[in-house]
Amino acid sequence: MNTIFSINGPVVKVRDTKDFSMLEMVYVGVKRLIGEVIGITSDETTIQVYESTTGLRPGEPVEGSGMPMSATLGPGILSNIFDGIERPLKQIEALSGAFISEGANVSALDTAKKYDVKITVSVGDKLSGGDIYATCPETPVIEHRCMVHPNLAGEVVWTAENGHYTINDCVVKLKTDSGEVKELTLCQKWPIKRSRPFKERLPISRPLITGQRVIDTILPIAKGGTAAVPGGFGTGKTMTQHQLAKWCDADIIVYIGCGERGNEMTQVLEEFSELVDPRTGKALTDRTVLIANTSNMPVAAREASIYTGITLAEYYRDMGYHIAIMADSTSRWAEALREISGRLEEMPAEEGFPAYLPSRISEFYERAGYVQSLNGAEGSVTIIGAVSPQGSDFSEPVTQNTKRFVRCFWALDKSLAYARHYPAINWNDSYSEYIDDLSNYYDENVSIDFLKYRQSISNILLEENKLMEIVKLIGSDVLPEDQKLVIEIARVVRVGFLQQNAYHKDDTYVPLDKQFRMMEIILTLYNKCKKVVAAGTPVSAVVKTGVFEKVIKMKYDIPNDKPELFNMLTVEIDQQLKKINAEA
Amino acid sequence: MSLQYIGLSEINGPLVVLDNVEGVSYDEVTEIRLDDGTKRIGRVVEISGKKAVLQVFEGTNGLSLKNTKTRFMGKPMEMPLSPEILGRIFNGAGRPVDGLGEIFAEKTADINGKPLNPVSRAYPRNYIHTGISSIDALMTLIRGQKLPIFSGSGLSHNKLAVQIVRQAKIAENSGQDFAVVFAAMGVKNDVADYFRRSFEESGVLQKVVMFLNLSNDPIIERILTPRCALTAAEYLAFEKNMHILVILTDMTSYAEAVREFSSSKGEIPGRKGFPGYLYSDLASLYERAGIIKGSEGSVTQIPILTMPNDDITHPVPDLTGYITEGQIVLDRGLDQTGVYPPISVLPSLSRLMKDGIGEGYTRSDHADVSNQLFACYAKVMDARALASVIGEDELSDLDKSYMNFGKMFEKYFITQRPDENRSIDETLDLGWKLLSLLPKSALDRVNEKLLEEKYDPHAAEMFE
Repeated sequence: MNTIFSINGPVVKVRDTKDFSMLEMVYVGVKRLIGEVIGITSDETTIQVYESTTGLRPGEPVEGSGMPMSATLGPGILSNIFDGIERPLKQIEALSGAFISEGANVSALDTAKKYDVKITVSVGDKLSGGDIYATCPETPVIEHRCMVHPNLAGEVVWTAENGHYTINDCVVKLKTDSGEVKELTLCQKWPIKRSRPFKERLPISRPLITGQRVIDTILPIAKGGTAAVPGGFGTGKTMTQHQLAKWCDADIIVYIGCGERGNEMTQVLEEFSELVDPRTGKALTDRTVLIANTSNMPVAAREASIYTGITLAEYYRDMGYHIAIMADSTSRWAEALREISGRLEEMPAEEGFPAYLPSRISEFYERAGYVQSLNGAEGSVTIIGAVSPQGSDFSEPVTQNTKRFVRCFWALDKSLAYARHYPAINWNDSYSEYIDDLSNYYDENVSIDFLKYRQSISNILLEENKLMEIVKLIGSDVLPEDQKLVIEIARVVRVGFLQQNAYHKDDTYVPLDKQFRMMEIILTLYNKCKKVVAAGTPVSAVVKTGVFEKVIKMKYDIPNDKPELFNMLTVEIDQQLKKINAEA
Repeated sequence: MSLQYIGLSEINGPLVVLDNVEGVSYDEVTEIRLDDGTKRIGRVVEISGKKAVLQVFEGTNGLSLKNTKTRFMGKPMEMPLSPEILGRIFNGAGRPVDGLGEIFAEKTADINGKPLNPVSRAYPRNYIHTGISSIDALMTLIRGQKLPIFSGSGLSHNKLAVQIVRQAKIAENSGQDFAVVFAAMGVKNDVADYFRRSFEESGVLQKVVMFLNLSNDPIIERILTPRCALTAAEYLAFEKNMHILVILTDMTSYAEAVREFSSSKGEIPGRKGFPGYLYSDLASLYERAGIIKGSEGSVTQIPILTMPNDDITHPVPDLTGYITEGQIVLDRGLDQTGVYPPISVLPSLSRLMKDGIGEGYTRSDHADVSNQLFACYAKVMDARALASVIGEDELSDLDKSYMNFGKMFEKYFITQRPDENRSIDETLDLGWKLLSLLPKSALDRVNEKLLEEKYDPHAAEMFE
């Protein structure tokens, strides 16, 4: 029997054994804490333990499981809340009360619950990896599709009747080419650190619609894309993630609370169970799975939580769903890597982070994508990762390395947050590389003018940025009238368009069409004012008419379901501007 | 009688190494008895085969390789608890130092605590009235929240903390007990004394549990101080159903103790020499604030930290800000102009505020007023920056009115006497009056109906 030799924080070593394989899951000590083999030499095996090692002694047994650290995949994942290694927190609560104690051995999925299973194959069918053999309603909005394990293929030799089964009941028997008969249940296991195979990657072509104007219009993200949200504390990373999780048009949301606040997870739990998904009319929790490793939970499990989350997402992707992952925050995950690396006495690279930090970050983001799965269905995994730069300094290693591997960068800005301009995404520092990939979609589904308008709006902001340099030095009074107008219009864009109120019933989610109409109105206003100003009217006179304020308030005044009011607004602008002309 | 080991094999800073020990568990407490009969407490921080590394809390002063007898207690560090800890004073390691004898324990608890299951938490929603306008209106304190004060040496953070304790109506109409747990880490004797005296004057001393690790006390003991304090707080809150306000001061000294301990262990340093796990370590303290479903009590934390060189990007305030639910930032500039409390409004924030204000909690217009005040005050900063370049006279009329608003806001809204307790209505009405100093069109964060009702330029004439 193998026994513990040394203990240092979450790192445990075993001497003189050749029994373990790399990344194997092991049970450590009499309490059977869950751990993972992370290093093997001829005389020492190193294990990181996913739970608190307090009270562990040298000499206690270490037992291998013969399997890598795996996630259990099957119905019951959705609406659930798990810890970093897929243990349901509600069951842990039932077992150990409000405070989590170590060694809680609970099954990932509810083994007693019966699902209404429909078998979709018949005897004689040839199945290969990824093929669907049974379906069942997992929640009111998501149908669970049980797929053959990717490494398995064969001929169906027996099927159960349609009916009610638990996740461990055998529903199909498969005879493999080697003649072995495998029993398929409703669930399967997959190692969390390996990405699930698919047939091919498809080109990115559809936006992930979030209802947030600054994102959808200015800095769009595609389904199957990657985005990073860096920002110092208090800039609204979590708020942005919550908004996206609530409103984006993915089928399923995987929300990973990685090293963040406990109260935040509670908030997500409470809020999402009360909120109604606008598209399905059902509770948001029906399409959400939460993974919580709060900052005071064991650090090794924090590293795992990211992989657990993405494995769950890939599983649903293979069924043909679109998944969005919110990882809040990937910096905590990187710090977990650093902490474990330090305990292993590895040679540090930048700021104490291990040298393999960039490769781990890229491996993670590369698991996003829009793919055709093994069974031919199209699905996608979109990753939106928050980054918490130390000291709000974007030049630190995690932000910089993340920037290299994502195609969408939403930089949150302290000064915007201080002015309570939310979402505090700085339009000058941020970028999205998806515009070209998505141009067809916008042309076909919104309007051929959408991207043109977007460009005009961006230009106004860019010009304002330049003018502000001057204004900062000499004040705005000395600017020529046409430039004053740019500043006024830019204010309308910033306050009326970019700024969005998450607590307002209409403004919290704005459909693409309304976003387009809002841009249109702002540009119409700009063009009309330009003419008026060119004719000699001072900008201050235009300001006095209140048209700017009227346009700024359109986000509240015009409900999402009444786009016809935009026409009335245009008429009103005309009337007001005419009044100036008449007076002059 | 458990085994005693005579002598040590190595001493290095606060760490000692013992060879040939058996059956020792990780994190276990040890008692080290010196030849002269004094006792010190240690903790196992690393085990490798038969070698154990211990951290000695009272320091290794006077220890030699052969004058000690070490006994392993077979359990992690525990603290005796009973309701009678109220009104008592303990040292940093949780031993009574007020001469009133040992605690007759009802139970003992592991001072490291256990992570609170997010499923078992209740989301904090009840606001705590502090009577301080800037806090109540702009960064509302919520029961179960952790809201640190970021300060600098010489600023009035202690005075502010005392005012919050004195005025906090934490127990309003719920009839439950309210108590304060106070943990001093590396603070001067004067400071500890100031707190004690202030508690006495406001008549809450019998409701205060004090843990004192002063600046001349052993540094390693400092690592235990907040843990003992929070263990006491959790016990009183979740087992005795009390509302507990925990004041931890100064977290920077605590973090420095962690750094010292880490470097003596030979760990790889991260930023500014602090260990890479400082985030997890601080989180294991701050996350012990909260409310448990089905329990009547709550733990609210106000950690105080001094930012070295007033630098908010220093690792301690930085990591703290990432864990806590907002922050109250004090500003030296305001302090120098005589503003008390010198709260720098813009970088200050309460994350839990949005769900604990408004109709049914404070007043329905609260969110609008606070958003508008924030937005306008941000404009004041822009106007000031501009004025410093082109002179105040050259500013546009709007910028001039912002300058005036800024001055009045600091003079009438932020400033208040240390014994002034403003009601939420007073505070919000004051906010409206100040906003009325500005042209109506500048108020773009409030809804129009409210603006019609509350905007009153005449009321603003009172400000001089």
